[in-house]
Amino acid sequence: MKVELVNLTKRWGNVVGADHITLEIEHGEFVAFLGPSGCGKTTTLLMIAGIYKPTEGLIKFDGKVVNHLAPKDRNIGMVFQSYALYPHMNVLQNIGYPLKLKGVPKQEIRKRVQQVANMMGIGHLLDRKPAQLSGGQQQRVALGRALVKQPDLLLFDEPLSNLDARLRLSMRSEIKRLQLELGITSIYVTHDQVEAMTMADRIAVMKDGKLQAYCPPDELYDRPRTLFIAGFVGNPPMNFINVEVVQEDGEYHARAEGFDLVVPSERGEKAAGRGRVIMGVRPEDVCLADDGIPGEIYVVEPLGRDDLLNVRIGEASIHVLADPTLNLRIGDTVRLRFNTHKVQFFDPQTENSLLWTD
Amino acid sequence: MSIAVAGDTTAARRKWDWARVRATLGAWGFLAPAAILVTVFFFIPVIILFVISLTDLSSSNFSEPLHFVWIENYARLFRDRFFPKILLNTVRYVILTLGFFNVGMALVLALLTTHINRRAGFFFRMIWLLPRITPSVVYILMWRRIAHQPPFGILNQLLAPFGVEPRYWLFEQPWLFVILVNGFVGASFGMIIFTSAIESIPRDYIMAAKVDGASTWQVIRDIILPLIRWPLLFVTTYQSLSLLTSFEYILLLTEGGPGLYTTEVWALTAYKRALKTYFGHNQWGYGAAWGFILVLIGLILSIIYLRVFRFNELVEEPKIDVL
Ligand SMILES: Nc1ncnc2c1ncn2[C@@H]1O[C@H](COP(=O)(O)OP(=O)(O)OP(=O)(O)O)[C@@H](O)[C@H]1O
Ligand SMILES: [Mg+2]
Repeated sequence: MKVELVNLTKRWGNVVGADHITLEIEHGEFVAFLGPSGCGKTTTLLMIAGIYKPTEGLIKFDGKVVNHLAPKDRNIGMVFQSYALYPHMNVLQNIGYPLKLKGVPKQEIRKRVQQVANMMGIGHLLDRKPAQLSGGQQQRVALGRALVKQPDLLLFDEPLSNLDARLRLSMRSEIKRLQLELGITSIYVTHDQVEAMTMADRIAVMKDGKLQAYCPPDELYDRPRTLFIAGFVGNPPMNFINVEVVQEDGEYHARAEGFDLVVPSERGEKAAGRGRVIMGVRPEDVCLADDGIPGEIYVVEPLGRDDLLNVRIGEASIHVLADPTLNLRIGDTVRLRFNTHKVQFFDPQTENSLLWTD
Repeated sequence: MSIAVAGDTTAARRKWDWARVRATLGAWGFLAPAAILVTVFFFIPVIILFVISLTDLSSSNFSEPLHFVWIENYARLFRDRFFPKILLNTVRYVILTLGFFNVGMALVLALLTTHINRRAGFFFRMIWLLPRITPSVVYILMWRRIAHQPPFGILNQLLAPFGVEPRYWLFEQPWLFVILVNGFVGASFGMIIFTSAIESIPRDYIMAAKVDGASTWQVIRDIILPLIRWPLLFVTTYQSLSLLTSFEYILLLTEGGPGLYTTEVWALTAYKRALKTYFGHNQWGYGAAWGFILVLIGLILSIIYLRVFRFNELVEEPKIDVL
C-alpha cells in the first residue's frame, strides 16, 4: 500500500507534536522515522494508525484520504515499544485477537496463529501468558500479532529498544528479512541511527516535529542537507570546525587558527567569500599522517578496536579514530590529514548545507 | 530442609526446629497488629453476640443473671410469620441495588467519565459524590420531598406538564425509592475505584486493541473489564456485604413500610428487635440471633465470592526462560 502524508500536523494547545510533515511511502517500501526523543515520531505514527486525530493535513492510503477512518478500518499492524501484549490473554489469544475481531472461525484462527507463531519461532509457547515469556519472546509475539491479519501497513514504534544488544542485532535482521519476504509497506520509528541506516530504504529525519530530510541512507550520510542531520547521523558524530574559505592562486583554502586546508574547488567555491562558515568532516575521513596539520591530544577514549582521540587544533576540537597499538597519550602531538573530498560546508545562520541545498 | 521423619537424628531435628521457630515468630510478628485488631473488633464481638443470642436477655431482665434458652431464639426466628418476606426483601434489596447501582451504575459512570474530556469527567464524578457527603437525614428528607404525596412532591410537579397524574410516589413505589436512595449513595464508591483502575491501565493496551480492530465496546469487553477484574471483585464483595448490614436509609425513608414489612430488610429487623420496639421492650437476645445469622451469611458469601472469582488465579508464578 502506498502512503502519503500531506502537511500532517498535530498540536495540543501550544505543544506541537508534528509540524507540517509531507512525505510519500511507496508500496512495499521500508521507511524509518529517525530523530531524537520528543521529536514527534510516535505522534506521527499514531496519526497514521488512526489513534490520534490530525489537527491539520491529510493521510492518504493508495490515494484515498483516510483521516476519518477508525483504526479498525485501516488494516494496520503495529508493534509497540512496550509490546502491549494483553496480560490476561495467552499467546494464542494475543496473536489471534485481530482475527477474532474480524470474525474468523476458531479453527481457522488456531491454524493461522500456529503458522505465524512457527514462523516467529514461538510455536511451542502458545499457552503461555505474556508474564511467563522473556523479552525476546514477547517481542516475537507482538510481531506475530501485527502480522497475523496480513496488514497493508506495518508500524513499528521502537520495537527493539527494550532488548539486549545481541538480541537487538538478530531481531533487526529478522524483521528486515520478514519485511522483504512479505513485501508489506513498513514504517519503523527509532532513535537509533544504526537501525535506521541498516534497515530502511529511506529515512525520514525529524526534529522538533519537523521533517528535516527524507532520503536513502547513503545520501543522508554523504550529503547531509542540514547541520542537524550531519551531526545526528554517523557515529562517532561529524566534527565541526569554524573556518573561512578563501580563493588563492586558483585554489580554495579553508582556514582557521593553526589550520589551513586546501579543499576541492567544486566544494570550496560554494563556501568561499561568505565569511565564517562551518566545515564538517567525519572522524573516519581524518587520519594520522606525518605530513598533516599538527594538534594536541586532549582526550583518549579506548573503543576496543580503535581509540577515539579528541585532538585540539587552535580553537577546533576534532575526533579521530586511531590504532590503539600506537599507544597515544593525552598531551601528545599528532598530525592529522583530512580527506578533503568528503568535507561539508554549512551556513552558521541558517544551518543549511552550502553544498546540497538547491 | 525437608520435614523431619522418623529415624532423623535428634541433632538434625533440633536444627530444623530452630529455623521453623524463627520463621514462625517472624510471621506472627508481622501478622500481630492486624490479628489483634481483627480479634478485638470482630471475633470477640461476634462471640459475645453469639452468647447473647442463646439467652433471653431483654430490657425487662437485664439485671438478673443470664438465662440461657439455647436455640429458642433461632427457632422463634424461623417460625416468624414474616421471616420469608424479610429474607426475600433482603435478597431483593442487595441484588437490585448492587446490580443496578453499586456495581452497574458505578461501572457505567467510570467508563463514561474516562472516555470523555478529563475535566468534564471530573465534574460528573463530583456530582455523583454529593449524595455521599450529604448527611443522611438531610439526604432522605430531600428524597421524601421529591416523592411526597399530592399536592406536594417535586416529582409530581416535574411530571405534571407531561400529563402524569400526581400520586404519592413513595407510598406506591417504595422499592423503587429504596433502591434509588441507596444506589445514588452507593454508586460513587465503585465509581471511584473503577475510575482509578481504568486510568491505571497502560494506554498502549487500548491503542493496541484499537489497531487490532476493536471497536470501543470491544475494547471495554475484551481489555478493560478483564483488566479491572480484581477491583470488580473487591467492589462487589465489599458492597454486597455492606448492603447486607445497612439499613439506615431504609429506616429513615420508609421504616420498613409502608404497611407490614414491605421494605423491611434483615438488618433493620435485627435493629428493631434488639433496640427499638413500640413498648420500649428491647429483646436483645432475640435481636442478637438475627444479627448472628447475618454475620454467618456474610462469611459464607465472602467464601463464595473468592471461589467464583478464582482469587488464587490472580497470583501466578512466572516461568521465564531465555530465548
Ligand atoms: N498526548 C499528548 N499531549 C500533549 N503533548 C504530547 C502528547 N503526546 C506527545 N506530546 C508531545 O509531543 C511531542 C512529540 O512526542 P512523541 O511522543 O511523538 O515523541 P517521540 O519522537 O516519539 O519521542 P521518543 O523517542 O521519546 O518516543 C513531545 O514534546 C511530547 O511531549
Ligand atoms: Mg516515541
